Amino acid sequence: MKTKKYVPYLFIAPAVILFAVFMLYPILYSFVLSFQTNQGGQFTFVGLDNYLRLFEDEIFIKALKNTFILLIIQVPIMLFLALFIATLLNSALLKMRGFFRVTYFLPAVTSLVAYSIIFSIMLMNDGVINHFLTAIGIDSIPWLSHPIWAKVSLIIAMTWRWVGYNMVIFLAGLQNIPEEIYEAASIDGASKIRQFFSITIPQLKPVILFTFVLSTIGTLQLFDEPYTLTKGGPSDETLTIGMYLYQTGFRYFDFGYASTIAYVIVILIAILTYFQFKVTGDRE
Amino acid sequence: MKKSKGMKKLGLYVVLTIGALISLFPFYWAAIGATNESGKMFAKPPVLIPGTQLIENITNLNEAIGIGRVMFNSLFIAIVYTVLSLLICTMAAYAFAKFEFKGRDIIFGIFLLSMMVPYHATIIPLFKMMAAWGWLNTYQAVILPNLAYPFAIFLMRQNMLAFPNALIEAARIDGAGELKIFFKIVLPSMRPALAATAIFLFMYQWNSFLWPLIALSSKDMYTFPVALSSLFGLSRIDYGQVMAGVTLATVPIIVFFLVLQRQFISGMLGSAVK
Repeated sequence: MKTKKYVPYLFIAPAVILFAVFMLYPILYSFVLSFQTNQGGQFTFVGLDNYLRLFEDEIFIKALKNTFILLIIQVPIMLFLALFIATLLNSALLKMRGFFRVTYFLPAVTSLVAYSIIFSIMLMNDGVINHFLTAIGIDSIPWLSHPIWAKVSLIIAMTWRWVGYNMVIFLAGLQNIPEEIYEAASIDGASKIRQFFSITIPQLKPVILFTFVLSTIGTLQLFDEPYTLTKGGPSDETLTIGMYLYQTGFRYFDFGYASTIAYVIVILIAILTYFQFKVTGDRE
Repeated sequence: MKKSKGMKKLGLYVVLTIGALISLFPFYWAAIGATNESGKMFAKPPVLIPGTQLIENITNLNEAIGIGRVMFNSLFIAIVYTVLSLLICTMAAYAFAKFEFKGRDIIFGIFLLSMMVPYHATIIPLFKMMAAWGWLNTYQAVILPNLAYPFAIFLMRQNMLAFPNALIEAARIDGAGELKIFFKIVLPSMRPALAATAIFLFMYQWNSFLWPLIALSSKDMYTFPVALSSLFGLSRIDYGQVMAGVTLATVPIIVFFLVLQRQFISGMLGSAVK
């Protein structure tokens, strides 16, 4: 039985119209804006000026550097920890798997602003974390006021928030690895650590790639955490590209240049995702 | 075997318990902060037991941001968004999964590709559009932009692919209208996927911060994250009040999560419910 030709179009119409107006059009318009300036009050074309300005903009370069430092350090630490905990939770010896799964996942349901505030308060100079440190004989750490420690603070907080999320993804992947492979390896005398590196990691390659891509996209857009936790400081040491875009657009109302920064993020995500797929050799 | 099984088991539990404590401590600390006065959070040695200031902190918070109003804004925006988006995305997903039509693969491909584009690339034009239409500082400014959420369409489509075509055909032969088939035959069997997608959409909107921060400008329109952020940005911060706010914004979601764990995890990971 044939259905009327227009039926599927009616079903997709609301989504397509909303998508075109609120997504497609802004993406294209933003691209046009990235070649314009509104500094004189009027939008005028300036060609590649905005893009050239990026190279001389020290704050932008700093933001780019900060974002990449976070990306290169935080993402691997977080994913490794997530994989490690997932492996522990997958152990046959464990009874309370459900309880631990829920407990580790809990941070992932809290709003980014809320957890950033909690961490900001805990990490203050006379905050609870420093009190714990001094109690066990370690000097207080200037978490939020030191260029490097401020980045460490962000890394700690983000790792806390996202480990459980990634762990649950890994756990699902681990449960698909056939038990026999491990049994065979045990019989051959491979240690648990050896098994982790030569069975678990290769078997989970597609899942690890997926979480890598997801985390890369997330980190390149990072805004909520540095905006709340460190407020970009001290002296822009935790300013991210996402935050700089916000400042340029909505503090200085330089829409043209802000759009250029947005497109830098678009381009970076495209390049990095492409390379992550290339490096791991998966073409699916 | 070098170590006995018992020792291994003990080690496993010790490591996991330490991890669990680290996971839980910030929540506990927020609750402690919410029940104590501002200075207690920085006392040495730290105050680790609940105090008696909860009511006072909540009263102060209410004066500062208007808890009822903020809670209403957040819930209203998140619920209206979830219901509309779920309907719109599921309808589109149904067409992509169960119909053959010209342009289907290209349109679906564009939706998928757009998932790679960060939404930062849309906020400047969105702001200009909303300003031009006089919609800044309104609910629709926050609700409309991501209603057609590509990932939700993708998720629902994956789930619908497995729905038997024969059932749809049989209903058509019986003379059922297309809408009736969609609502009465296809949707009821999609409940787990709908629940997971709804939770995904709700959490996305409930936690959303950057766009509401830009689009909403007056206190009476703020959502929870924007209101909390504004409190935390003041030069003199009342920490007890802020922690009361953080706790109030977090507890409902945690309860919601604990009740619907399975759907929650599938929804937030965007995986099919098994």
